[in-house]
Amino acid sequence: METLWFCLVAVMVALYVLFDGFDLGAGAVHFLVAKTEEERRQVIASIGPVWDGNEVWLVAAGGTLYFAFPALYASGFSGFYLPLMMVLWLLILRGTSIEFRNHIKSPIWIPFWDFFFSISSLLLAIFFGAALANVVRGVPLDQSGYFFEPLWTNFRLGEQTGILDWYTVLVGVQALLVLMMHGSLWLQWKTEGALNQRAARVAGSCWWAVLVLTALVTAVSFSVQPQISENFKTWPLGYILPLLAVAGLAGVQFEFRRKNERNAFLSSCAYLLGMLTSVVFGVYPMVLPARNPIYALTVHNAKAADYGLKVGLAWWLIGMALAAVYFTHIYRSFAGKVSADSTSHG
Amino acid sequence: MGSALDVHRLHFAFTVTFHYLFPQLTMGLALLLVILKSIALRTGDEHFSRAARFWAKIFGINFALGVVTGIPMEFQFGTNWAEFSKSAGGVIGQTLAMEGLFSFFLESTFLDLFLYGEKKLGRVGHWWAAFFVFVGSWLSGYLIVATDAWMQHPTGYQLGAHHEIELTSFWGLLLNPWALWQYAHTMLGAVQTGCFVMAAVGAFYVLSHRDPFYGRTFLKIGVLVGAIAALLQLAPSGDMQGKMITKYQPTTLAAMEGLFESQDGAPLAILGQPDVAKRTLDNPLIVPNMLSFLTYKHWNAHVQGLNDFPEDQWPDKIELLYFSYHVMVGLGTIFIAIMVFSAFLLWRKKLFEARWMLWILMLSVPLPYIANTAGWLTAELGRQPWLIYGLMRTAHGFSPRVAAGNAWFTLIGFMGLYTVLAMLWLFLIYREIEIGPEPEVRPRGEALDPSVAA
Repeated sequence: METLWFCLVAVMVALYVLFDGFDLGAGAVHFLVAKTEEERRQVIASIGPVWDGNEVWLVAAGGTLYFAFPALYASGFSGFYLPLMMVLWLLILRGTSIEFRNHIKSPIWIPFWDFFFSISSLLLAIFFGAALANVVRGVPLDQSGYFFEPLWTNFRLGEQTGILDWYTVLVGVQALLVLMMHGSLWLQWKTEGALNQRAARVAGSCWWAVLVLTALVTAVSFSVQPQISENFKTWPLGYILPLLAVAGLAGVQFEFRRKNERNAFLSSCAYLLGMLTSVVFGVYPMVLPARNPIYALTVHNAKAADYGLKVGLAWWLIGMALAAVYFTHIYRSFAGKVSADSTSHG
Repeated sequence: MGSALDVHRLHFAFTVTFHYLFPQLTMGLALLLVILKSIALRTGDEHFSRAARFWAKIFGINFALGVVTGIPMEFQFGTNWAEFSKSAGGVIGQTLAMEGLFSFFLESTFLDLFLYGEKKLGRVGHWWAAFFVFVGSWLSGYLIVATDAWMQHPTGYQLGAHHEIELTSFWGLLLNPWALWQYAHTMLGAVQTGCFVMAAVGAFYVLSHRDPFYGRTFLKIGVLVGAIAALLQLAPSGDMQGKMITKYQPTTLAAMEGLFESQDGAPLAILGQPDVAKRTLDNPLIVPNMLSFLTYKHWNAHVQGLNDFPEDQWPDKIELLYFSYHVMVGLGTIFIAIMVFSAFLLWRKKLFEARWMLWILMLSVPLPYIANTAGWLTAELGRQPWLIYGLMRTAHGFSPRVAAGNAWFTLIGFMGLYTVLAMLWLFLIYREIEIGPEPEVRPRGEALDPSVAA
């Protein structure tokens, strides 16, 4: 039962990254791809109707994590106290920017919010990458089941790690470039004209950086977290997941050259899905690895009582089915390119 | 400057109090918007569609701030209240996760359709969008109230081998009797905020001789719905909420009322200040036997005072609890007076000319916010010293590794950020009110200036 919930939470987190990933990425490349006010308006219009729903995956995944693995929720959230608070501030800033940008048509008001939209998206992408890397690397948990990480220590992977060290910074940069690629592919698919072409150029350059960083991060991750190679040895079927990532990344380039904008974006989704599932597969059964492995939080010692997990499954399935209906509906009604004179969102 | 416990409490109290300024208007307006859309649909009168469009703009701004200030709430259970989350997460995580899956997805989907999709959806489709936004926000309210109600009066649980709290009954958690009455009380409070805001904008338009037809519509709906909500707030909702407290939290009742000495035929204090050190109520103004009657429906019933309970069971900020409760009840009484009298004037067709009453309606707009805030303070201070009533003390719930200084840092960060958000809200809302609804295209069979018609 706890393994099932481990998978379900992983699916929700992956969906969060797929969906909110493209609007974060679009924010990060906002100034790179959109030069005029009309183009920037199109960027906002291409995420306006969906970003809020995309972000709900974060809240829903957080809530699910809370009831399925309360000890993890308590330990992880209090241990990552400072960076999490900064994430919250950035999320506030970003949401405010997107929603209020179009309220006043002024040459001061609009660029002001555009700036905060872009910078908060960019920083959030790095933070999320670094957060994931912290989980892979393990945190300084002790016998109490708690820890508190400073923002950085000496940037080495010792016993007393900080949130930022060479590994987590590397993954943070990777996350930023991956989401920039993901966001540019989304913008390319949803827009036309000069904006479309600039998005394509950015996506094209990001792809090479993503390729290099993926190879590099994958190689070092095996030594940073020994559990990963062990899991792949125990369950060779798990190789499907990194293969999906490789296929996705190859697919991005292939479809990109064929100018199939939709499939290029979907390939990027496959890449993200493959990468994230590889990571969670690699750390299982741990939910929060520790620098000293005996204190790791696992699906067994962090889970809630069985009754709650069972009853949760019933409403979770109903809730997910409903969410699938809403998402199908909203993305279908939002199909096609956003027009330059789009009136949606302000 | 205060222990870690105090700053963690203040951290949550501040962020949740600020957050709740927005959802109370969101939930209240959501109902009023459905009413406006329903009238528009039934009568086919475009005036009401335009009125709804005006309020939708205010709703959108308010909703956005509710969303961005709401996200930190879920995270703070883990960041600042880790011990509590570890013990109780298996129970209250259920309702919080359900809120995400069942109401936030619903709201986020239909809000955009509601705000920007009127042309595409058509009249009936747009009514449904408004309706689902209403359902989503009210469902969200229920799941949050159910979470709080479980902390007030835990149900459907057992203690596990390591003293962790395990859920044993899903429906016990969801249909907690405390939750049902607390929900009624909270939602009626939210509806009153919506009504006071709508009536105040209406009064502003009528008093300043602009958009008079809209002003009258807003006044009518605000006052009529507001009068009903204010009366229902007194009974059954307030009355039943009081009964719940009498039954399950007798210490809280005594502290709220400033009753130290147990007695038969206990009086109700209308005014007065508790002196906790001397265990008396200074300069009290009382109604004899009233408290006994209100709580047990019997003039001479025995009511337990604080002296009957050991001091370590007392709420720790009795004065603040007492004042919050009295402010809430006092304002609730004033709301009944304002709204019922305005409704009477409306019935006698005198409200729109009674400028003094319109002034009162316009200036009353902060009062429901104060009352709702005081109400939540009463509920949460009254629960002290417990975090989960009878199960876990507040002093045992916060994050052991998050130092007081770190919590101060982020608390002050939130205060600064929220000050900016508050100014933004005021600025954008004032701007929408200033711009006003779309001009009337058709005089609705009357002269454009109602004072000429009258």
